Amino acid sequence: MNAFLATVRRDLLLALRRKSEVLTAVFFFVIVTSLFPLGIGPEPVLLKKIAPGILWVAALLATLLGLPRLFAADHVDGTLEQMALSPSPLGLLVAGKILAHWLLCGLPLVLLAPVLGLQFDLDASTLGILTLALFLGTPLLSLIGAIGAALTLGVRGGGVLLALLVLPLYIPALIFGAGAVEAHIAGLDAGGHLSLLAAMLAVAAFFAPWATTAALRIALE
Amino acid sequence: MRQSIIQWFRFASPQSFYPLAGRMIPWFWASAIAFGIAGLWISFFVAPTDAQQGEGYRIIFVHVPASWMSMFLYLIMAFWAGLGLALNTRVSGMMAQAIAPTGALMALLSLWTGALWGKPMWGAWWVWDARLTSELILFFLYLGFMALQAAIDDPRRADKAGAILALVGVVNIPIIYFSVKWWNTLHQGSTINLTKAPSMAQTMLWGMLLMALCFWMYSIAVALTRVRAIILERERHTEWVKHALE
Repeated sequence: MNAFLATVRRDLLLALRRKSEVLTAVFFFVIVTSLFPLGIGPEPVLLKKIAPGILWVAALLATLLGLPRLFAADHVDGTLEQMALSPSPLGLLVAGKILAHWLLCGLPLVLLAPVLGLQFDLDASTLGILTLALFLGTPLLSLIGAIGAALTLGVRGGGVLLALLVLPLYIPALIFGAGAVEAHIAGLDAGGHLSLLAAMLAVAAFFAPWATTAALRIALE
Repeated sequence: MRQSIIQWFRFASPQSFYPLAGRMIPWFWASAIAFGIAGLWISFFVAPTDAQQGEGYRIIFVHVPASWMSMFLYLIMAFWAGLGLALNTRVSGMMAQAIAPTGALMALLSLWTGALWGKPMWGAWWVWDARLTSELILFFLYLGFMALQAAIDDPRRADKAGAILALVGVVNIPIIYFSVKWWNTLHQGSTINLTKAPSMAQTMLWGMLLMALCFWMYSIAVALTRVRAIILERERHTEWVKHALE
């Protein structure tokens, strides 16, 4: 457990010494969501209807943007190999890296979403559901994305390939995440969607570090 | 018992699988053509004209087998990939790599024929129906698998990375399918209901089954042909390949 916390702390420290990288993904999220009203038109009714979808798709893309960084630097300078050789299980260290990635790339999106939701004229309770859905959904995105990041480590054209691999796997999170908000707007209970999102998170939290470790070992061979 | 296990693993070596595949391919081609002729004959000349859909429905004789194959082939691909990952057999990875393009072709064919069928029946090339959407996502999964394999130069690493992706995909396929299905029922966008198909005439079912067998045989024949090419490409430095090509 110490190794886990140490990995989280190390990744957070490294990222906070180069803040611009983290902030880029956050600003990307803000800019993409602001583009939609400009493209579609400023009608509040329409914008309110498509807001959950826009915010979720933007969150998917922003998470995707941060994924190549997850292992690339450690792979280049050999840290990853040392991690694989260390006495602590690699899966635990990988889980720590994924958690750090979520704290840096996912959590800011969760915190920003209510502010951006105000631009789309969402009311307070809807904003709460949106934040909760993103809070459950963004760790799921980081977990699934880590598998793709490990598979494309050191591969030609890795960034675009990563999008091709990971985006189809993100579809369930998108459906239930945006669905929860839409159900709430329509006056239905969002609990079912949120439960499913949490269930997927639980499954991914168990399997994804394991699959990521397997993929990393292949990349390190 | 021990004897039979050894016999099975004999064909896990590219050298012994190559001639075996070569001997099997003509048989699969022959049965593909035979089933294809029988199936097409039933579907064009024997099967009655549908009361509601007219002659246009006949495209389902290609559409349905193609959809089935696209789904089966992903499972088979993942099976071989998983076997390769677990037992470290080289031919398994090559089989997975050989099956992927055929699977993608079947998914594309299924989407394409579906669009051709949808236009006269529903008046739209595409609707965001659960089945169409999940077939499209399956097509994306095939593309991702092929792109990952193509991007990695070392074939052993490509096989293993592809295997993990295929297994992750297999775990995700049911999740994706049900989420798309619930998404569709939540939105209630289209009023078209695909699941309540009118009960099928016996001859139509026969035509479809024969076409499905034809597609199976074709897929196996093409996959074996492709795996032979992959074996030659990867084993080109060995002595036996030089002899085999003489």
